[in-house]
Amino acid sequence: MSDAAYLDLSDLTLAYGKTVAVERLDLPIRKGELIALLGPSGCGKTTTMRAITGLLKPASGIITLDGKDITRLPANKREVGLVFQSYALFPHLSVFENVAFGLRLKRLPSTEIVKKVEDGLAMVGLGQFQGRKPAELSGGQQQRVALARSLVMQPKVLLLDEPLSNLDARLRLEMRTELQRVQRESGVTMVFVTHDQNEALALADRIVVMRDGRIEQLGTPEEVYNSPVSRFVADFVGFENIFPVKDGQLQTENGLTELPIPLSAQTTGLAWRPNMVRLGEGRFEGEVLGVAFAGGTREYLLKTPLGPIKAEMDATAPAFAPGSRLAFDLPTERAAVLDRM
Amino acid sequence: MTSRLYSYLTLALVFLFLIGPFVIIVAAALSGGETLAFPPQGLSLKWIAKVFEVESFRESFALSMFLAIFGTLAALVLGVPVAYAASRYRLPFGETIRTIVSAPIIVPGIIVGLALLRYLVIPLDVSVGLALFIAHTALILPYAVRVVSASLDNLRSDIEEAAVLLGSSRVATFFRIVLPNIQSGILAAFILGFVTSFNQVPVSLFLSGPGVRTLPIDMIWYMEITYDPSVAALAALLAFLSISIVFLAERFLGFSRYV
Repeated sequence: MSDAAYLDLSDLTLAYGKTVAVERLDLPIRKGELIALLGPSGCGKTTTMRAITGLLKPASGIITLDGKDITRLPANKREVGLVFQSYALFPHLSVFENVAFGLRLKRLPSTEIVKKVEDGLAMVGLGQFQGRKPAELSGGQQQRVALARSLVMQPKVLLLDEPLSNLDARLRLEMRTELQRVQRESGVTMVFVTHDQNEALALADRIVVMRDGRIEQLGTPEEVYNSPVSRFVADFVGFENIFPVKDGQLQTENGLTELPIPLSAQTTGLAWRPNMVRLGEGRFEGEVLGVAFAGGTREYLLKTPLGPIKAEMDATAPAFAPGSRLAFDLPTERAAVLDRM
Repeated sequence: MTSRLYSYLTLALVFLFLIGPFVIIVAAALSGGETLAFPPQGLSLKWIAKVFEVESFRESFALSMFLAIFGTLAALVLGVPVAYAASRYRLPFGETIRTIVSAPIIVPGIIVGLALLRYLVIPLDVSVGLALFIAHTALILPYAVRVVSASLDNLRSDIEEAAVLLGSSRVATFFRIVLPNIQSGILAAFILGFVTSFNQVPVSLFLSGPGVRTLPIDMIWYMEITYDPSVAALAALLAFLSISIVFLAERFLGFSRYV
């Protein structure tokens, strides 16, 4: 796959002074892909993005883009666009001049600049705001200007830093659709940074889950959502019941419990989402500690020999009262099989 | 109720103390008498008219203007890069540099003046005009650095990164993006520097030589010889000039944000 990589980060180590933020990262990205770097703050995702832009020089490793080694290329010669989380529009310039900024530096003929800026602003639906100053626009509009400003440069890679985090819920959905459309129409390779798994799942072709400066899992949204490979990823995508496995058996207070399905030797844990827990029948028994009505479902907290378990059941099913004992099952065939705990 | 009365009384005393001398000077300037006196003897504009006829006033005014304008410009040329470096990079000895740059604010002007006289003018035979220029530039520098720093701190540095990623070099980014956004800070620094230089006495006192005097020094010198109200008239004119500049600056720049 590395051969087909358009943007290839290879053995990349990034550091701020003596603090290593990203260690020996390998990440091949294909042309036209929409990649999400997902992880909690401090995981190295923003650092990785800054290294791609050239604003941060790597301590070691190689970055190639479109077949060329750009590791030592200065940021202003890389043809990499970045939409900042804060948008970073130039406050003293009009919307038109903001978008035209990079084109003017390229010394394009002014008719061409006008056409490109107008096309760019039309693409993000802001054609009528050319004369305004950034301060006169809403946050969502400012972000569109920032997006247009990067897109008119026709970058080889467009990076977006937390593109949806500053928008309200309705605008977020709108911008998400917008980003997908822009990516479809322009075919630009996009990498965006987010700490929100829903954003990553909804937008990305592939998700890079990062933790402590390393890649924890790299896969399609389906793979990451349904088959997390480690405790960290499982926890991050909503598997709230995670239990260690030893020698193919679940560990409980009273020792080990045999599992109905044989597991591979490297399996170190199993994880279930609350809605995967089957209540009312099964091999285990627990006590209801609490129940909460959550609209379409009822959420249970159970005390079990395995430890506390969160379960979720359709609200139309009869409720179990707190204090009652009940049988339940953790269906092994639905569990996420974890290689790392 | 009494505490309120006291606070009004205090306020009145403060205003009397601050504005009183100014009122006296203006009244003395409008006097019709022959000597500097308060209360004025009759009303007349003749001393104000005389200010413009005294040749040494015209010469020293020109020198003071020259020092205020070009000394401030020189201080800005030196101070803006210092302020930029201090706000954008973690410099080694950054704190030391800041202290040295602001030393002229803390060190008494008399000492600065004496030091420049003893170690610059006398041994190196530097001309009085040049010495004054260097001294005024050095005195304005701390103000320039401080005021420009304040407006740089309000400017997000990510817009510079955005410009770089759009293909701009670091130097071009400074001129195209940073400068236009701190221009009101620079203008505020210019006004503050101008007023500081124009009103500067102690340093100029040491460095002024025969025939080369700044306006405030010339006024002291004039008063020692001629005790007529034209000095009061000049003082009143200068006060109005300073006040108008600062008033306009406050009105259009929000000057007090920077100082």
